[in-house]
Amino acid sequence: MAVHTSRTAAQAAGDGTDVARGRGRGGLKRALATHWYAWAMVAPVVLVLGVIIGWPLVRGVYLSLTDANERNVARTIGANTIEASYSFVGLDNYTAVLSDPVFWQRLVWTVLWTVVCVSVTFTLGLALANMLNRNFRGRAFYRMALILPWAVPGFVSVFAWRFLFNRDNGILNKVLEGGGIGAIPWLDDPTWAKLSVITVNVWLGVPFMMVALLGGLQSIPGELYEAAEMDGASAWQRFRHITLPGLRAVSMTVILLSTIWTFNMFPVIFLLTRGGPGDSTEILVTQAFREAFVSSPRDFAGSATWGVLILALLMIFALVYRRSLRKQGEVW
Amino acid sequence: MRRGIAATALVAALALAATACGGDKNDGGSTDAGGELSGTVTWWDTSNDTEKATFQKIAESFTAKHPKVTVKYVNVPYGDAQNKVKNAFSSGADAPDVIRADVGWVADFASLGYLDKVPDATAKKVDAEFLPAAAASGKYENQMYAVPQVIDTLGLFYNKKMLADAGVQPPTTLEELKTASAKIKEKTGKTGLYLRGDDSYWFLPLIYGEGGDLVDAKNKTVTVDGPAGVKAFKAARDLVASGAAVTNSTDGYQNMQTAFKTGQVAMMINGPWAIKDTYAGEQFTDKANLGVAPVPAGSAKAGGPQGGHDLAVYAGSKNRAAAHAFVEYLSSQDVQTQVTKELSLLPTRTAAYEQPDVKANQMVQFFKPAVDKAVERAWIPENGSLFDPLKVEYTKAVTGAATPEDAAKSAGAEFRKILKGWK
Repeated sequence: MAVHTSRTAAQAAGDGTDVARGRGRGGLKRALATHWYAWAMVAPVVLVLGVIIGWPLVRGVYLSLTDANERNVARTIGANTIEASYSFVGLDNYTAVLSDPVFWQRLVWTVLWTVVCVSVTFTLGLALANMLNRNFRGRAFYRMALILPWAVPGFVSVFAWRFLFNRDNGILNKVLEGGGIGAIPWLDDPTWAKLSVITVNVWLGVPFMMVALLGGLQSIPGELYEAAEMDGASAWQRFRHITLPGLRAVSMTVILLSTIWTFNMFPVIFLLTRGGPGDSTEILVTQAFREAFVSSPRDFAGSATWGVLILALLMIFALVYRRSLRKQGEVW
Repeated sequence: MRRGIAATALVAALALAATACGGDKNDGGSTDAGGELSGTVTWWDTSNDTEKATFQKIAESFTAKHPKVTVKYVNVPYGDAQNKVKNAFSSGADAPDVIRADVGWVADFASLGYLDKVPDATAKKVDAEFLPAAAASGKYENQMYAVPQVIDTLGLFYNKKMLADAGVQPPTTLEELKTASAKIKEKTGKTGLYLRGDDSYWFLPLIYGEGGDLVDAKNKTVTVDGPAGVKAFKAARDLVASGAAVTNSTDGYQNMQTAFKTGQVAMMINGPWAIKDTYAGEQFTDKANLGVAPVPAGSAKAGGPQGGHDLAVYAGSKNRAAAHAFVEYLSSQDVQTQVTKELSLLPTRTAAYEQPDVKANQMVQFFKPAVDKAVERAWIPENGSLFDPLKVEYTKAVTGAATPEDAAKSAGAEFRKILKGWK
């Protein structure tokens, strides 16, 4: 410790002389000299992140400012190499997308879908976590069973649900028929289809919420509850004034994560309804996919525009969310 | 010493990156080594589950003629195939040498430069020996890019026993279809027709029936939102609203087959590719119970769309000589006859229809006249991409979520986005 402080002091002194000499170059040089080993160690990570995240991101933003499509991008087919012939068009794509009512329709449904999914998932997760946060026989079994949806690959569960939902031959309707209720058009009616996709997404999302909140519950000291009970607090008061504040840090994080995941939940929508019936369950990401892969020639520029807009929306959300948390005094 | 560690780390990182990029492999054999074909030919086939075993057997028999060629048969589900093929062709990685392309995709792939032209000698033979309508589907800008494999159209499949029980004849018009369905419901309690609501290909007989078409390629005009289009959307909705037909907007194909095979519905509209699967149903253990009639006429005429599949070679294939030979083999008269015999699919060679096995096939006897009268689609690159926006509107119209007028209007607007500059 002593060594450390003396060293930083020396550094501070050095900084002073650096300022006099013109700080930039000397600072960099010294930073390299002192920390070259750290730089060398993080270099591969920086490189990999740059290649797999940075470059596609930059390229996506660039493509959204061009008129690139399948017919004019560079491609190599066997011996033939075709040069790229797309050009820069500025913000034309953005004006086109934002002035199209389709974007706003999709946005309204995407926001509704996200809000409903996240709030229902969170409420259910919280309820289940509270129920499981006590000692009873077979607790381990219940926990395992409730985590199961998480362990199954997403597309497998979605396909299973699709079989269940099949109007003519699905199990759900067969059961209802046995009870004398007519077939429900789970995926064939716009309103039912919306309910169905939300149900499946909630089913998929609850385990994560439950596990995260269970962890949060277990970190709340038991003494608080004991003290509250001594003071005569009711169960609801204990929940309201101990459990909820105690879970605050965890729940803020899981809500943010869950919002971002749900907003971009491609597989549930695409595999369950393909955005249908008609286009009633299409969210922003599935629409971006449609632009890129269904139309011909594939519209890379248009799809990139949708992608950048989705990214911008989520970034704005995250910023606003963080700011509101900071106002409430959370360190995050 | 520390410097040494850093250098090692750096080298290791670089080596890792280098090996990650070095996944190239060379599976294409030599082309003509002393006139003999060799190497591997990968074929992506899109035939359905009941057909694929036959095609795999036929494809692998190619080795008997060319022992040095290995055929790699891959079945790609039809629904995903257009995208998968495009992904593979544009990246070149693990791309197939030969594909089975829907007739609607050939112009699209060819216009993007993905397809290798059919060799002149073969092209001449195709022009001379194949059905002209089939041969036309393989062409783009007067060059031949694909050899027709099978040809088809839609027809009205009916359960003979159920129709007889209700005392009705197979309907020839939509009006007759409605009265027949009403009688079937009254006598047997079952629904008359299963109308697919989740695939706009099934919209084509309706719009042709009203004398219209999706587009007029000659005059570069979108016609789906014309009067015939509106009438066709109305007819579709009317069939469902009047109870003459049931529909679905997801899993339509499977549900349609199940309903027809188990006798839940008496009729469906489908193509020759469904024959083998339909025969497997409990209602059709006696094959004679299956009848097929032309699609019911609208107010103008009866017309199904001309469909089918072509075989094409990837322009970037490393083994094009063997690939073209493989395509020639698959479209030879012997193979076509065998396919008809086993699967009741319709050959594309004129002379194949003289073969006893083909002549005797009942399904061919029905479908051949229907194919001769089928409406030829506009073989434009955008052909395949019109179906998806159309599907959205067709589903809305059939299920009553949008009025026929609105559906037609939106479909027209979407088409004009795809067909830039069209009227």
